[in-house]
Amino acid sequence: MADKIATREAYGKALVALADKYPFVVLDADLSQATKTCLFAKEHPDRFFDCGIAEGNMMSVAAGIASTGTIPFVSSFAMFAAGRAFEQVRNSVAYPHLNVKIGATHAGITVGEDGATHQCCEDFALMRVIPGMTVICPADGPETYLAVEAALKWEGPVYLRFGRYAVPEVTAGDNVAPFEIGKGRLLREGSDVTIVAIGYMVHLALEAAEQLASEGVSAEVIDMHTLKPLDAELLLQSAGKTGAVVTAEEHNIIGGLGSAVCEALAENCPVPVERVGVRDTFGRSGKVPQLLEYYGLTSSEIVSRAKSAIARKK
Amino acid sequence: MNQSEKKTLAETANRVRIGILDGVYNAGCGHPGGSLSIAELLTYLYFKEMKVDPANPKATDRDRFVLSKGHTAPALYATLAERGFFPVEELKTLRKIDSRLQGHPDMKGIPGVDMSTGSLGLGISAACGMALAGKTAGKDYRVYTILGDGESEEGQVWEAAMFASHYHLDNLVAIVDWNGLQIDGTIEEVMNPTPHNLKFAAFGWNVISIDAHDFDQIEAAFTAARGVKGKPTAIIAKSIKGKGVSYMENAVQWHGAAPKEDLYRVGLADLGLTPEEIEGRFVKNG
Repeated sequence: MADKIATREAYGKALVALADKYPFVVLDADLSQATKTCLFAKEHPDRFFDCGIAEGNMMSVAAGIASTGTIPFVSSFAMFAAGRAFEQVRNSVAYPHLNVKIGATHAGITVGEDGATHQCCEDFALMRVIPGMTVICPADGPETYLAVEAALKWEGPVYLRFGRYAVPEVTAGDNVAPFEIGKGRLLREGSDVTIVAIGYMVHLALEAAEQLASEGVSAEVIDMHTLKPLDAELLLQSAGKTGAVVTAEEHNIIGGLGSAVCEALAENCPVPVERVGVRDTFGRSGKVPQLLEYYGLTSSEIVSRAKSAIARKK
Repeated sequence: MNQSEKKTLAETANRVRIGILDGVYNAGCGHPGGSLSIAELLTYLYFKEMKVDPANPKATDRDRFVLSKGHTAPALYATLAERGFFPVEELKTLRKIDSRLQGHPDMKGIPGVDMSTGSLGLGISAACGMALAGKTAGKDYRVYTILGDGESEEGQVWEAAMFASHYHLDNLVAIVDWNGLQIDGTIEEVMNPTPHNLKFAAFGWNVISIDAHDFDQIEAAFTAARGVKGKPTAIIAKSIKGKGVSYMENAVQWHGAAPKEDLYRVGLADLGLTPEEIEGRFVKNG
């Protein structure tokens, strides 16, 4: 079994590992123990600024810092970084296209027992709609490190989405393409259906592909770590080949990966699409495996949707 | 401050007011009232207080200014133009489709604008970020921001006030333009944010109260702020909304409205233009 680590943990470690190479600073809003920026704060107290429970101010402060040429990483839960501070992200950060990196943790329902108020399944939609915003959600620990470093080298605002719950390594293989913002990574080749997954759902997409293979169905799996700019080239190439697509995301099926994929396909390569995700509802308290089952964020759901998509081929 | 210097600053502030009127009249819309109320403050900042260079508007060690009350962009633009960041003639393009002078300040397109603002409450936080970054990097630049009195009804202003005090941002000065009026009426009627002096003091700031149109008091306040260590300074500047244009003074309807030609002419006359100078503004080119 591959190593498991939550991407928030990998994020905190990446900040520490990259601290000597890049002169960034880190801001948090009294959640550093949970977002794991505490790891950076411990090593570099002079470059860490707790902003208290005031996310709106923190985001605009980050814009001011970025305007002077220093890159700030801003961390909070996805709910507060993308939700509470949405307008500050739009007007203070994105409108002037400032070099602010938003590290949002505790995204989606895998927050667990805290329930709906803290389970943000809307942040992809909120961030994706902002002009010039780059939106990334890595699948595992190794990809998180690569995403954080790529974000540091990227000119302009970046929203990075991380999870609370541990995920297995799926992108560390030698045959996986190098990480590049805006370029999806083909994790498994197939010919009958394309599964486009992001974040927590990527490893489940691979499990689903295994299951489908045992039933004689050949599934291609794309790790679409960058939601925006979407890798339409890879998507269209794959959809053109397989003729059916399933999307999988730990997010509302409205506004996130499912929507982005449908937009790209509808204009260029209309094939049947089935969307796996939270079906336009709020989260609830529960243990993570129970919640994943409850909301249909499972490999068996992906399998079932893949069969439906294939059945709809003309 | 000697009399000749004061006279020069007053003349500059008057030209800033003319620029505000030119901009808003030609746009047919905009926010003249709260622009006119800060003409002396901006003039002092850009012509006496701040270390800025119109030839190098992005110099890393420059002092910074954030117009947190971004809707009064006409005043900022007129001041920047007077200071040489772009031609005064350009003020007439305010808010036009092919102009860089956006309705609210756009740092990407306009030389001398240090932060994009317009959504109230956000600018003071950005100013805090600049001040914090300066301190962290060991730079000695200073950061200034002007807030509206009504703007302080936004909760984020007080998040920022807490932050600036917590991080001892003594390189930051926030000026509250206390003109007493907001869109729906007087600030006391709409949602009373006063007393600003006691509130900022309670948040740990050094507080100075002045007349926003008196250059001696303005100078004394900024000079005193430079001497304060360990805490930010708030200057509560009592002003007259619409100052200098007779019919706009203390008249809430001029918060966000442009004068038609007849009142534009009256305003220009109020600001000391001769009948010939006023007529010259209506001569069509070619």
